[in-house]
Amino acid sequence: MGRGPAFWSAFVVVLAFALAYPLFADGYDVGNNIYFLNWTFMALGLSLIWGYGGSLSFGQTAFFGVAGYSYGILTINFGTAYGFGLLSVLIAIAIAALFAAVLGYFLFFGRISGIFLGIVTLSVTLALERFMAQTAGPQWTIGSARLNGFNGMSGMPPLTLPWFGGEISLYPDIGLYYLVLCLLVVVYLGLRILVNSKFGNILVALRENPQRAEMLGYDIRKYQLGGFVIGAALAGLSGVLYTSWGQYITPSNMSITAAALPIIWVAVGGRSDITATLIGTLVVLSAFQALTIYGSQYALVVMGLLLVFTVLLAPKGLIANAGILLGSLLDRKNGGK
Amino acid sequence: MALLQTHNLNKHFGGLHVTADVSFSLEPGKIHCLIGPNGAGKSTFFRLLLGEHQPSSGTIVFDGQDITRLKSFQRINRGMSVKFQVPGIFGALSAQQNLQIALQHRLDSLDLNAEVERLLDFLQLREVADQQAGNLSHGLKQWLEIGMAISLKPKLLLLDEPTAGMSPEETFMTGEIVKQLNAQGMTVLAVEHDMAFVRQVADRVSVLHFGRIFAEGTIDEIVADERVAAIYLGQSHD
Repeated sequence: MGRGPAFWSAFVVVLAFALAYPLFADGYDVGNNIYFLNWTFMALGLSLIWGYGGSLSFGQTAFFGVAGYSYGILTINFGTAYGFGLLSVLIAIAIAALFAAVLGYFLFFGRISGIFLGIVTLSVTLALERFMAQTAGPQWTIGSARLNGFNGMSGMPPLTLPWFGGEISLYPDIGLYYLVLCLLVVVYLGLRILVNSKFGNILVALRENPQRAEMLGYDIRKYQLGGFVIGAALAGLSGVLYTSWGQYITPSNMSITAAALPIIWVAVGGRSDITATLIGTLVVLSAFQALTIYGSQYALVVMGLLLVFTVLLAPKGLIANAGILLGSLLDRKNGGK
Repeated sequence: MALLQTHNLNKHFGGLHVTADVSFSLEPGKIHCLIGPNGAGKSTFFRLLLGEHQPSSGTIVFDGQDITRLKSFQRINRGMSVKFQVPGIFGALSAQQNLQIALQHRLDSLDLNAEVERLLDFLQLREVADQQAGNLSHGLKQWLEIGMAISLKPKLLLLDEPTAGMSPEETFMTGEIVKQLNAQGMTVLAVEHDMAFVRQVADRVSVLHFGRIFAEGTIDEIVADERVAAIYLGQSHD
């Protein structure tokens, strides 16, 4: 989905709208709505791992949590002065990626695939959640950072960037909105280049037929691991952005519900296409948020039904199917001229 | 010097001895067919050559190098290529994209596009180039996979029942494709049941029975061998 002048015109219009949004909205609302953008990186990473590479991973929230807690521990202990705020972001993402590299090495080089990959990654996520949930005691501190068990870690500084003559602390407001939006555009375009590169072709090939891909001379384990680590790093980016945005992270961010939600966003949008994933994630997240406010626990039931509906009626994803339909309508219109 | 040699190759699955002391030699530049009744161990022998199974004992030497312990992709990168019995294609991608992915391992984009065009013509896939590979007819899928396998410019092309499920016309066409590839210098080892195809292409034929090389020779010698006729008819032999 997304080639040709029609797509790029729409892309520019949507981007222009996103850029202009803070001009006619309240700063408080803009800051709150960054919440939705924060999650998209994790969803895009899952699209790469699952939609393109064919490996269903429930591990995204584990990497999200690892990066979030790492950011908290680093910044609470060392502060954000002298550019360390930005460095903490990078280190936290690197820790999540390293964790994914070690886990992925055993998974992919051990030839674990299909449903077993899902089971192992879910187990790792839940083990992390259980571990963090039992860290309530005062002995669970790293330096001056208390892990604080199920109540979660708080008190870490917001995202802080080094600037001429001091630092800029980005609280949930217009400045942070533009930064996250800019990151999203860079990541989205970068992923488009990646999935259209040789690397992306091989990821799709091993999703379609791993035996054939290997018999073309590719060491498929390395490509699977590469996709997994990139996806995990993006989940780590989401974790850091979320933690610094709310200055808070809890083990429930790695619970079974949290682990299942990215699967729903990506499946409903269309996992095999990063554009469909991006749109789908924002739409489903917004709907989920609205339902949570007005329907409380029913929101989760609706999410479950949405997943069942998608799997049964539109397995490619609702947004992806809408894109295909739109494309064929445009083709028919052009063909009719 | 032989391009491929196996020395006393054995493979057991528990108590089942599927490949038994197979010492096999494949001369470069030849088309060699491997035949045998169902259960003779042909597919296991192929899997051993490809590294999908590890032998219980014995060695495999390819192009002068011992490849017995190499992984599948490493063997492919040393000059082997394979077309599977069930077409191993990327079903959700177009025929053209299938060839592109196969070729990108070896070629840059400019040469790659020219080679894709050449293969589409060579394999008569031009009209279906943009169609989803999973929706192609069985015969076209087989040819597409042959195209992917030869994209690697292998020294040795392994074909596992390349004409399975094909019409007589498609089988003949496949035979012609294989002969053309051989004329370009590619050595071919094919497992095949269709004797018309074997007669059409084979320089040499080996018969596998109960995991052993039972007979070897030209197609005429094999056809004239009463012991071979007996095993195909299910009769006992000494």
